[in-house]
Amino acid sequence: MSAPYLFWALLFIVIPIALVIYYSLCTEVDGRMLFSWENYKRAFEPIYIRVMWRSVLLALISTLACILAGYPVAYIMASKEYSSKNLLLFLFLVPMWMNFLLRTYSWLTILEKNGLINTLLAFLGLPKLNILYSDKAVVLGMVYNFLPFMILPIYSVLKKMDQSLIEAAQDLGADSKTVFLRLILPMSMPGVISGITMVFMPAVTTFIISDLLGGAQFMLIGNLIEQQFLKVNNWNFGSALSVILMFLIIASVSIFSMVDKNNDEGALF
Amino acid sequence: MKAAKKLYLALILIFMYAPILILIIFSFNASKSRANWSGFTLSWYAELINDPSIMKALYNTITIALLSSAIATVIGTTAAVGIEALGSLTKRIVLAITNIPVVNPDIVTGVSLMVLYIYIFKFFPSLKLGYATLLLSHTAFNTSYIILSVLPKLRQMDPNLYEAALDLGASPAQGFFKVILPEIMPGVVTGAMLAFTMSLDDFVVSFFTTGSGVNNLSILIYSMARRGVNPKINALSTLMFLVVLVLLYLVNRSDSSKAKKESALAA
Repeated sequence: MSAPYLFWALLFIVIPIALVIYYSLCTEVDGRMLFSWENYKRAFEPIYIRVMWRSVLLALISTLACILAGYPVAYIMASKEYSSKNLLLFLFLVPMWMNFLLRTYSWLTILEKNGLINTLLAFLGLPKLNILYSDKAVVLGMVYNFLPFMILPIYSVLKKMDQSLIEAAQDLGADSKTVFLRLILPMSMPGVISGITMVFMPAVTTFIISDLLGGAQFMLIGNLIEQQFLKVNNWNFGSALSVILMFLIIASVSIFSMVDKNNDEGALF
Repeated sequence: MKAAKKLYLALILIFMYAPILILIIFSFNASKSRANWSGFTLSWYAELINDPSIMKALYNTITIALLSSAIATVIGTTAAVGIEALGSLTKRIVLAITNIPVVNPDIVTGVSLMVLYIYIFKFFPSLKLGYATLLLSHTAFNTSYIILSVLPKLRQMDPNLYEAALDLGASPAQGFFKVILPEIMPGVVTGAMLAFTMSLDDFVVSFFTTGSGVNNLSILIYSMARRGVNPKINALSTLMFLVVLVLLYLVNRSDSSKAKKESALAA
């Protein structure tokens, strides 16, 4: 029964990727494809290294911001005395049902020179905030789009935690800071790690958020790939960049799963 | 402390919902501006139905989501049953391949499929990127999601059940439809819903695999973003958002009433 699927997977998964790898290892000379490392050499020129570095750095900053903002949310949500858990969970899932391009686009109205934030700041007599079309706006867009991916896995791990462990620690004289740092935080690490994977991966590969909020001169590796395939029409270089991006993702996923070796809780699906 | 917690949750929710509220508010704006409010109107809602490009994009989005998730459900469910029967090494390889579209960045999935189609079209010059390639691409990534949500259910199932059915004279087809399928149905339904959502929400893969003139809503919004998104799009999104909210509410309500019935039966 698996034969038709094997053919399907070969056609739509294996061959497309093989083609991308093939293109990345060729340069076109007089309409003929010749083997060469040229595209990879080019990808490691300083200007492209800078683009890749910026993509990784902004994705890391966004991931960190998501942990800092999302952990307390998950913690409060999972705590015993918080009663409207399901409602809050629902409220964090609902925004994903609205087109994410449109939601991101909406930040223009909030952030622009005479936008909502600046009108509010002016009303309070505070100086203007000009972050639109900069990397700050891109980070904000990433945090906005991917925050639920951090909150949900941490929440699902915290909720399953054995409450009697915490009570035992308290009985044994641990203060609340010790309970958090030595018990709750380490036990919630699987959730944090799957959150990191789920935020970092889409953040490092995005080209829409940087396109909409970062302005025209702003470039991440996703924008570079899009440009090579659709604007410059250099498939060979675009393919090399895609292969590098794939390796970047495989490397980070395996690092995260190494840290998370003996735990598969906290997965969203 | 309790007030501080509530305040913090409120701030995060404001952060999550401010863009959505603005989007909804500007669907009632009398002018086309996304920045200045110039009075209340319902005209964008009224004009929506007469805008052929938006209606066409909506049609494409919904039909592709329905068709691709339905086709992927059939391919994926039969594939999962087949994969489960494979030897352990082949199974591991096939599963690793199946995982690729889920783990791979969307943009790589998008460009690799585009490269595939254009490569094939070299031999068939009359073919072009368009609705068919869009549908195939969505079906391609959706199939993986279906397989991955059906497999755990298959593993939970007692394999002897199917063999018992065959021993009792059922044909393999009967065994599949009457024994296996009912057992794995929850996984199939979850997978189909997930696939439908992924397709509905997809921009990146669609962007690379569609041809000129064939848009879905995401591509249409992206192409408008530079010049300014038409408030009709806001109106449409508001309506779709409301439909989703109502559906979620209904599903939740029937779930909880079912749960109530079950607990009443158990008591």
